[in-house]
Amino acid sequence: MIQTDSLTKRHGDIVAVDDVTIELGDGLTAIIGPNGAGKSTLLCSIGRLIRADAGRVVVGGLDVATTRSRDLARRLAVLRQENHLPIRLSVEELVGFGRFPHGGNGRSVHDRARIENALDLLGLEPVRGRFLDELSGGQRQRAFVAMALAQDTDYLLLDEPLNNLDPRHAVELMRLLTRLVTQRDLRIVVVLHDLNVAARYADEVVAMREGRVVAQGSVEQVITVEQLSDLFETPARVAEVEGRRIVLWE
Amino acid sequence: MAEHTRAGAGTRPIASGAASGTTSARRRPAFGPGARIALLAVVAAGVLALYLFQDLPARWQYPLDLRGRTLAGMLLVAVAVGVSTVLFQTITANRILTPGIMGFDAVFMAIQVFTVFALGPVVLVATPPLVSWGVELVLMSGFVVGLYWWLFMGRRLDLHVIVLAGLVLGTVFRSITAFLQRLLDPDTFAIVQDLAFASFTSVDRTLLLPTAVLVLAALASLWPIRHDLDVLGLGEAPAIGLGVEHRRVVMHVIVVVAVLVGASTALVGPVMFFGLLVANVAYTMVGHRHSRSLPAAVLIGLIALVGGQWFLDRVLGFATELPVVIEFLGGVVFIALVLAGRAR
Ligand SMILES: Nc1ncnc2c1ncn2[C@@H]1O[C@H](COP(=O)(O)OP(=O)(O)O)[C@@H](O)[C@H]1O
Ligand SMILES: [Mg+2]
Repeated sequence: MIQTDSLTKRHGDIVAVDDVTIELGDGLTAIIGPNGAGKSTLLCSIGRLIRADAGRVVVGGLDVATTRSRDLARRLAVLRQENHLPIRLSVEELVGFGRFPHGGNGRSVHDRARIENALDLLGLEPVRGRFLDELSGGQRQRAFVAMALAQDTDYLLLDEPLNNLDPRHAVELMRLLTRLVTQRDLRIVVVLHDLNVAARYADEVVAMREGRVVAQGSVEQVITVEQLSDLFETPARVAEVEGRRIVLWE
Repeated sequence: MAEHTRAGAGTRPIASGAASGTTSARRRPAFGPGARIALLAVVAAGVLALYLFQDLPARWQYPLDLRGRTLAGMLLVAVAVGVSTVLFQTITANRILTPGIMGFDAVFMAIQVFTVFALGPVVLVATPPLVSWGVELVLMSGFVVGLYWWLFMGRRLDLHVIVLAGLVLGTVFRSITAFLQRLLDPDTFAIVQDLAFASFTSVDRTLLLPTAVLVLAALASLWPIRHDLDVLGLGEAPAIGLGVEHRRVVMHVIVVVAVLVGASTALVGPVMFFGLLVANVAYTMVGHRHSRSLPAAVLIGLIALVGGQWFLDRVLGFATELPVVIEFLGGVVFIALVLAGRAR
């Protein structure tokens, strides 16, 4: 379980995350909201990539501010929205870094197995030896997700992982995430831009606006005309197609 | 940790794509990084032997002793500059900045000249060299660590801003040095002027051992964090995500870099582009893993210094100081890197 307690983060005058107290359950949690709502800041604060100005974050019983970073990295993997590498690495090398928190140099039998599995799950076999700067944006995005998976954690935080992915790979990644939830008991928090994807795959939806959580609940509770029209300040329509919610804008 | 369902059992892969015959996409160069480092080591040993023993006269004691002194200085500088440059580029996540370009050594020179200016040239004569060396090093390292800690920690600076800041700082400290020098009387000026140019042929013998001890101590202190270095090279956020105690490790590295640059500058004087040259040749040859790039950078530096000095002395018979040539080459690499836009 992930809990935040009065979490606050300011950037100068802007309060990016404003006194947020939430509890995120098991399964796949989607965070939605307009640009600048504070989704990335909240996710990165939970993943201790950003130091909060006030408040507390507890992930699986560990306070992220006081737990050794290494211990945390064995329980929690976090992937930011933008990923630029200052050095030249192959896909395989990048994924191998996911084994670092476990003290592995990436060469033991167990490490190899985890790396192969992550490459395989993200469909990166054909490009495993290629350098990241020679890949398409979508392939690179998948390589970073694979590194997070190789970290073999209980919690996975992903910030807009569908960026750059074509429909096929987007659908396949979301299916993979739901499989990981059921088969490996992974708890996943993912910032999603596409509301239809959130409606289709999320167990729980958290809506943010101006640094605050304005709604939290099941898809049926949050993906509604009133909530969405309010949240995005644009009249929304919600249709049901084959039993799924589809969001349309006026 | 809970036992998860392991491996592929039941989890279908995304886009298995072209299923077979794709492993050939992996690149296998003819000489692996290990072989290249071995090759560098052999060349370095050869150059060292050539420099030391070629054309020794019958009364060999004195020339050998002289060559040995120069060689020891070069060895220490190759280690200090190679290691400090690679580490600095790792923590700043770039390939064109070096402690030299960022003005580290300019700070050191300014402090040296300021000491002479404030306390008079007598201190240079009256104080035992070892004492002034120690005091200067502590002062300089402390100052540099404070300055660059303040500059780099906790902010996300654009690379261009950092380059500019470095160039400005370097210029400011060089100007301060030049200004103070003008205020000195001619005799003192001559002493100080000597400090401002790198020279391997006039190394102070008494400083060799303490410098060696300091450099070794700095290297030894890196041992416990050796595994963190590669991860650090991914950048701040990925490193934290993978469990590196980023602030602590970066602070440690900044101190090591400052000490190494200080040791090297105090021994032979400032070298600005040399580090850039060796670090980038090392990355090109053996990649970015520190277990390879650090030894490669040191060996390349050694070959460049000793080989260069040998070539100038014995082949060309020039009296040119080697640093002039090396700085020129390094400067060319710097411009090429900036133009090629490989700053990141
Ligand atoms: N490094 C930063 N410096 C200054 N302001 C920032 C920084 N990061 C985020 N912000 C501001 O904080 C707010 C929340 O940003 P963010 O968490 O990225 O939103 P979201 O991911 O929901 O689009 C925005 O107003 C953004 O401009
Ligand atoms: Mg965002």
